[in-house]
Amino acid sequence: MRPNLSHPELTGKTMSTVNSNLTYNYKVVRQFTIMTVVWGIIGMSLGVLIAAQLVWPAANLDFAFTHFGRLRPLHTNAVIFGFGGSALFATSYYVVQRTCQARLFSDGLAAATFWGWQLVLVSAAITLPLGYTSTKEYAELEWPIDILITLVWVTYAVVFFGTITKRKTPHIYVANWFYGAFILTVAVLHIGNSLALPVSAFKSYSVYSGVTDAMIQWWYGHNAVGFFLTAGFLGMMYYFVPKQAGRPVYSYRLSIVHFWALIATYVWAGGHHLHYSALPDWAQTVGMVMSLILLAPSWGGMINGMMTLSGAWHKLRTDPILRFLVVSLSFYGMSTFEGPMMAIKTVNALSHNTDWTIGHVHSGALGWVAMITIGAVYHLVPKLWGIQAMYSTPLINLHFWLATVGTVLYIVAMWVNGIMQGLMWRAINDDGTLTYSFVEALEASTPGYFVRFLGGVIFLFGMLVMAYNVRMTIRQKDAVALDNQAVQPA
Amino acid sequence: MIPMDINDLRGIQTLLVMIAFFGIVWWAYSSHRKKSNDEAANLPFDDDEIDQRTREQDKTEKKQ
Repeated sequence: MRPNLSHPELTGKTMSTVNSNLTYNYKVVRQFTIMTVVWGIIGMSLGVLIAAQLVWPAANLDFAFTHFGRLRPLHTNAVIFGFGGSALFATSYYVVQRTCQARLFSDGLAAATFWGWQLVLVSAAITLPLGYTSTKEYAELEWPIDILITLVWVTYAVVFFGTITKRKTPHIYVANWFYGAFILTVAVLHIGNSLALPVSAFKSYSVYSGVTDAMIQWWYGHNAVGFFLTAGFLGMMYYFVPKQAGRPVYSYRLSIVHFWALIATYVWAGGHHLHYSALPDWAQTVGMVMSLILLAPSWGGMINGMMTLSGAWHKLRTDPILRFLVVSLSFYGMSTFEGPMMAIKTVNALSHNTDWTIGHVHSGALGWVAMITIGAVYHLVPKLWGIQAMYSTPLINLHFWLATVGTVLYIVAMWVNGIMQGLMWRAINDDGTLTYSFVEALEASTPGYFVRFLGGVIFLFGMLVMAYNVRMTIRQKDAVALDNQAVQPA
Repeated sequence: MIPMDINDLRGIQTLLVMIAFFGIVWWAYSSHRKKSNDEAANLPFDDDEIDQRTREQDKTEKKQ
């Protein structure tokens, strides 16, 4: 047996007889990791297609099922729940095992979450183009699929929290707190928002109506961002940044304050999606104020991640995986500054319903969520397949630049378009009539739409480079198998 | 006695949330937590042995 040299004071614990036969379940992590790449490519290809449709309307191909209105929800579902969801399952299963020093609660239930989740995603890919939709943003799937999601999610919670109860470590590592909050809150959000009365096999109506429906929708919608796309990925950050940098997180006590402040604040911010609507004014103000407060925990977390590299900044020069992780934190910092700013009512009066919102979402989705996921996948793949490193580090570096350039082109195009649209829509002549028609603003947006399409193509190309690199890494595993220790005869 | 209304409750709630927040900060940053925090922060680096064993087992399972 190899002594654990990194932390001799804890060796006694890991060498105990209880642990001497323990192994982890990496199979389900491998499966979800592969599907992260697959759904990433599917979801982002759909994004590029619908971006093309906004530049060249003929790209809707004149079929109902290839129309923008049907493919846009499929794009969001595939990237959020397919790409992001698979990444969260993969990394949470990996991190919870490794930091609890316990095997998953049940291999069978874990496998059930894998196949169940893929079934949800395939159902989405079939029903959304066919036009089955509840029309709730990021919750478009109809009630039978909603029930399947609930079953998979409860199973996920059992596996995750079951593993935590089996832990051999005295502490629950902070990453697991974030993953746990993500799992619990998404369960509450999904069930709360999806409550509906079915009228047929594929049609249901929300139990909420009017402005209450809108408020419930954006309580869900904003926390899909706050918990699915933030808390879960912060869990990822708290494991993979220290691991890749080779040093513990900058401040563990800051991470505790970060956790409680973030989860206590995020759930109140959804009202900012409904500024100047029929929502009572005080509720809009609550949404705005809570969004502004959110800047503090968001930046606390970002600083904690960034400062983990203090004293090891030179590693960024040679390690493109670490670069992915750190640049994702920069984008996180940027979009969590932009978000509170856009939640201010007067700023929102300009930005609402413009492309600025789309740009903001994508600086979070491409810059933060996708980049930290990509970094985590590059970290994970060699470990899960038992080899030293990815097939090609120069290709990781190429991917890094493609992802960065693609993201920047995308968000800059949307800033320009959004601010221009906002200004054109509010421009008024002396006699009180509108200076510009809607179509004039749309026409002026075309160059921006083209640049956005270009950014998307570049980002997608990076994902294809990644798929190739992952494929080659898995194929070469027999050639350079990690074998720095004599295999004991069984 | 002055009658209370819902706005007094709102004010009290704000105070309670503030107390909870400062309580968490005080707890997380107190010196007796230092050892626990350091131990927890090092958890990602403490399980190489199990990881190694898992990889070897995965390898032998593939060969069979």
